[in-house]
Amino acid sequence: MNVPDETPVVAPGYDSGSVTRKITDVVLARPLGRGWLAGFAFAFALLMLLNFAIGWLLIRGVGIWGINIPVAWGFAIVNFVWWIGIGHAGTFISAILLLLHQDWRTSINRFAEAMTLFAVACAGLFPLLHLGRPWVFYWLLPYPDTMGLWPQWRSPLVWDVFAVSTYATVSLMFWYVGLIPDLATMRDRSAPRPLQFIYGVMALGWRGSARHWKRFKMAYLLLAGLATPLVLSVHSVVSLDFAVAIVPGWHSTIFPPYFVAGAIFSGFAMVLTLLIPVRKAYGLQDFITIRHLENCAKIMLATGLMVAHGYITEMFMSWYSDDKFDIYMTLNRMFGPYAPAWWLLMFCNVLVPQALWFKSIRTNPAILFVLALLVNVGMWTERYVIVVTSLHRDFLPSAWGIYHPTRWDWMTLIGSFGLFLSLLFLFLRLLPAISITEMGKLVLDKKESRQQ
Amino acid sequence: MNMNTWRSTDELEDRPAFRDWLQREFPPLASEWTNEASRRSFLKIMGASFALAGLNACTRQALEKVVPYVRQPEDLVPGQPLYFASALNLEGYARGILVESHEGRPTKIEGNPEHPASLGASDVFMQAEILALYDPERSKSVMNGLEVSTWDEFLALVVQEREKWKSNGGIGLRLLTGHITSPTLLSQIEVLLQEFPNAKWHVHEPLATKAPQPIYDVGKAEVILAVENDFLGPGPAQLKYARDFASRRRADSGATKFNRLYVAESTPSMTGARADYRYALGPRALQEFGTALATEASLPSWGVPILADLTRNKGRSLILLGDSLSEEVRQFARNWNRPLQIAQPLPSNGDSLSEFMQHVEAGKIETLVILGGNPAYDTPVDFKFAEKLALVPLRIRLGLYEDETSALCQWRLPEAHPLETWSDARAFDGTATIMQPLIEPLYGGKSAHELMAALAGNAVVSGYEIVRQYWHAQHAGDDFEKYWRKSLHDGVVAGSAGGKSSPFAPSVRAAASGSGLELVFRPSPSIRDGRFANNAWLQELPQPFTKITWDNSALISPATAKRLHLSNEDVVDLKYRGRLVRAPVWILPGQADDCVTVHLGYGRTHAGRVGNGVGFDAYALRTSDAPWGGSGLEIVKTGLRHPFATTQHHQSMEGRDQVRVGTLAEFQQHPAAVAQVGEPAPGGDETLYVPIAYKGHAWGMAIDLGACIGCNVCTIACQAENNIPVVGKEEVARGREMHWIRVDNYFEGAPENPRIHFQPVPCMHCENAPCELVCPVGATAHSSEGLNQMVYNRCVGTRYCSNNCPYKVRRFNFLEYDRNPFESAPVLKLLRNPDVTVRTRGVMEKCTYCVQRINRVRIEAEKQNRPIRDGEIIPACAQACPAEAIVFGDINDPQSRVAKFKASPLNYGLLAELNTRPRTTYLAKLLNPNPEAEKT
Repeated sequence: MNVPDETPVVAPGYDSGSVTRKITDVVLARPLGRGWLAGFAFAFALLMLLNFAIGWLLIRGVGIWGINIPVAWGFAIVNFVWWIGIGHAGTFISAILLLLHQDWRTSINRFAEAMTLFAVACAGLFPLLHLGRPWVFYWLLPYPDTMGLWPQWRSPLVWDVFAVSTYATVSLMFWYVGLIPDLATMRDRSAPRPLQFIYGVMALGWRGSARHWKRFKMAYLLLAGLATPLVLSVHSVVSLDFAVAIVPGWHSTIFPPYFVAGAIFSGFAMVLTLLIPVRKAYGLQDFITIRHLENCAKIMLATGLMVAHGYITEMFMSWYSDDKFDIYMTLNRMFGPYAPAWWLLMFCNVLVPQALWFKSIRTNPAILFVLALLVNVGMWTERYVIVVTSLHRDFLPSAWGIYHPTRWDWMTLIGSFGLFLSLLFLFLRLLPAISITEMGKLVLDKKESRQQ
Repeated sequence: MNMNTWRSTDELEDRPAFRDWLQREFPPLASEWTNEASRRSFLKIMGASFALAGLNACTRQALEKVVPYVRQPEDLVPGQPLYFASALNLEGYARGILVESHEGRPTKIEGNPEHPASLGASDVFMQAEILALYDPERSKSVMNGLEVSTWDEFLALVVQEREKWKSNGGIGLRLLTGHITSPTLLSQIEVLLQEFPNAKWHVHEPLATKAPQPIYDVGKAEVILAVENDFLGPGPAQLKYARDFASRRRADSGATKFNRLYVAESTPSMTGARADYRYALGPRALQEFGTALATEASLPSWGVPILADLTRNKGRSLILLGDSLSEEVRQFARNWNRPLQIAQPLPSNGDSLSEFMQHVEAGKIETLVILGGNPAYDTPVDFKFAEKLALVPLRIRLGLYEDETSALCQWRLPEAHPLETWSDARAFDGTATIMQPLIEPLYGGKSAHELMAALAGNAVVSGYEIVRQYWHAQHAGDDFEKYWRKSLHDGVVAGSAGGKSSPFAPSVRAAASGSGLELVFRPSPSIRDGRFANNAWLQELPQPFTKITWDNSALISPATAKRLHLSNEDVVDLKYRGRLVRAPVWILPGQADDCVTVHLGYGRTHAGRVGNGVGFDAYALRTSDAPWGGSGLEIVKTGLRHPFATTQHHQSMEGRDQVRVGTLAEFQQHPAAVAQVGEPAPGGDETLYVPIAYKGHAWGMAIDLGACIGCNVCTIACQAENNIPVVGKEEVARGREMHWIRVDNYFEGAPENPRIHFQPVPCMHCENAPCELVCPVGATAHSSEGLNQMVYNRCVGTRYCSNNCPYKVRRFNFLEYDRNPFESAPVLKLLRNPDVTVRTRGVMEKCTYCVQRINRVRIEAEKQNRPIRDGEIIPACAQACPAEAIVFGDINDPQSRVAKFKASPLNYGLLAELNTRPRTTYLAKLLNPNPEAEKT
């Protein structure tokens, strides 16, 4: 049995050539399997469901959802925050772990960064769709209009625009720049001329010269440096959507760090949920080893504890503040109409991750998969509890109401999975899921260190 | 091109005089003219354009006929509304109105300040009548059986009938109407009955009492006891009573002494909500109490101090009784109240319905003319009116709708709405108003006067002439024209109060004694006796205590519900006197135990698309011997459920201090102690921003909770003024009603007999508005006069403003409400107020302090070069309120009414501790307990 510190990040017996072959084979050599086809068909069907739900939304209006007064934000905002949160794991793995020289990130960072991009794509839909008049969404962008009107800068929704668009842009650039040498590899190894051409164009003329490599390293590091603060800033800004408001249950200064921790928590859960089946399906266990899974699990435990701390702080401050609105809000969450959601949330986010203290759990992919799913559900429920329970009963009892999602709410949520999974399936099929460059370098480093 | 320049020789010769003139007239061209070279080019251009002008005829432009007024009505300035005085009837009694008319179409109804029954205020029915005028489902054509006919064909029938009547004295002719006070119509009926002495006239008014109450001076009473009498509730005299009662509950004017109100009733009512002491008792117990009071024997312990209080103030106290109490008790009360009586009521007229039914069954009736009303729906069920009507060979009906009664009549004549016709009416105190039309009949309807004239053989005379002839006969003299115009202008006929009062013979049967559960019938607070069932505004208006819309229910007390294991929305069978009606249950705190109240007016089958199938028909249980209810009710659970659409789900204050209540004694000792409870509002300097100094006007509003009776007229007046859409039952159930001002209802204390509080909540127009902070596009901004402005065309619809509003006064257009079935009929475009935008989907809206009214007054004041006077700007809610509970004005003017209200120690802001600095504040409510009663 291997001691954790000595579990290799990559199984022995590989050199840069075999690493390259193994990764590119997934795309170039492996035939179009039934598994992939079935999976993609399912994802595409869900994507069409999303299409249908969005179409009807644009035709009829936001009223097809279950939102009302007082609960004017429902599934759309919950989904937005949840998807954005998921994206944070990718950036964490790509950027922060890079700067911290954690080489176990190497085999998972490409996939995680792709996951971030697709999650941000899904997330970005919702702030547009939930607008009453989505065709004038661009009024939130700062541009010189004929009336001399600018966005209202004090609103957190405007900050969101900057945060999310910055996040999307930087993530895309970071991912793409990292892909360039791998695309060149794909170009060099692919056989059919059209495929070669496409990869070639995408590789932007990479020749692998020393100068290219020098520039590549610099660019990659710079982008990592840019992306690092985004891990903390983006979800902090998103949390300010709530924290700036006066609503009890939203107006809490712990939101920025608590949301960021929650984001990384849910993001790693999604990484595990996706990686465990993918590594099995494509036989990548040698690259994505148990150590990777275990490290993800450890980060999940750590951030899960931070999230639990957030819950406890909120409850404590509720009591300590002696503010009758806040106290009611806390008690209502635990015992009111939405109590089942709250208890589910506590189970999935506080109780379940405690299993990760045990190494046997952390190194068992099957259990990890189920656990990660539960954490995903728990994090979505947490957003739901934050948005809906705080709004449905706030200051004036006469204004209290109830929110029930409609079928269109569910269709839009489930359909967004279609978008995410469709993109993911396409990614797996068309681009190298693991960074060939970095794996090659890692294998070389390990060989050198062993030889020493 | 100005032809004038070519006319004088001066121009041609270019004399200095012309050049001067040119300089004055066309300064830019003057320099052109003196410059020789450019003069040539100028002429070239003008010449060219002259030539080219002819080319205009070559391109065909679309032909758009713009038609100005061929004969413009006098005083009409397009864009400025005119106000006309008229009146509207409720059960025959008039309330004077002023109707705002834009370019010849009426858009809004207000009360007429000169009229004693409205005093400038309105009730919900008056406000809703404007929608009834434009109801697309009103009768539009004369119908004979299944065929469309014409008025002339009907007249041909009348000619035939008249021959028959002349021969037999009209022995088979019957006239069935509701309660009529119109002097003209009464005289026409009299004339007809004189011409045909064997004909008879019957009256059926489902809510009318056999023994109407005299009118009392509530404002002078020190102590009032109301037993099953909702004098502050909907009715022809509500506005007057509410005004008078509120005037005795003002703490700001130290001179007026507070009155005291004791109420004993079976169902919570607006009167009961205002009571200092309220007792929830079923009809039997109320009858016992009444008898005990009259005989001073076996009074319950809580009744002793009441009688003592009344006796102490004898001559200045009132005992007001409901219709279900026995004649002896009512006689006792009439005697007690005599010193404060100011008018005898107008007696109900005509013969009764039971006589009519006897004649029908005996086959004596050949021709029946039904004017208005809806007897097939609202007559007592034991009369079997609908079935028996088939025994009458010829049935003629004049009605606004093709309703249940129309379905049984051969000849159906479309009735002109009161706003479309010349008529007249009397108020409860006899004051007459000549009603003038605001618009030509939209659907070619005829008024009752025109029909009566046709029956009298005079078909060519118009309603105008009929009414004018009548009043000319009353006021013979040379100055009739002046008298006529003044009456129309003022909305009252001077000196007409009092009227004829003939002694009546009341015969009210006492409530049947019995045991078991009791059933009580009440008119619906929103659609009255069912006549307004097709009025979407009223159907969507929340009922005052249950906040139920689009439905009625069987109201039961919490204790009875517990005993019978019933919860809200359970469907039960109500078995009463051998009949059965299925009804959903609503548990109402304050309802008397073992007593079920049902509202009349629902379950209609021929009301129209709006009213059909809404609620259950309580008339199916209502018998002629006990029109207000009786014992012997049985409730059987069915196991079914019926969801209600309510606008307020939570009626407890949850320990928060939205409505602040104190006693008069507390207030007199420590004035500030009543309102300044809970967390204090932060001081003016607790802000990071530079405080804004509001110089000039600073608009604000104060709402006196001590005056508000919870009638909801502010809600519907606002809806009428601001083009607020009706969303329908499903959307209300989702929580999307669009009312900009709502009246919150709270129960405080034990559920068996709670204190009931009302609180109207419009937009607070916070100086530190949480909504303005979070709008990403700046669609909500603050004006320099303190208004929180909503800019519809900038709103993208993120709804963050609504989330951040602690009062939840913002309303969102979740769907395209302007095109839903209630709003999309083209005729309803005439109803819209042209001064207010109609909002599209995806846009937020809210109370604007009626900014269109503010601007209109501002423009007028600027034109007249004078400042705006206090009280000149009246928002729709304030104008409609009968209790004058809502006051609006300039808080920078220390002399204004609103500034004085806000200076009162009772003034407080709702949720002011959130530092929103609301411009809408409240005056706490004061109760006036009786020290003797407190001891028991």
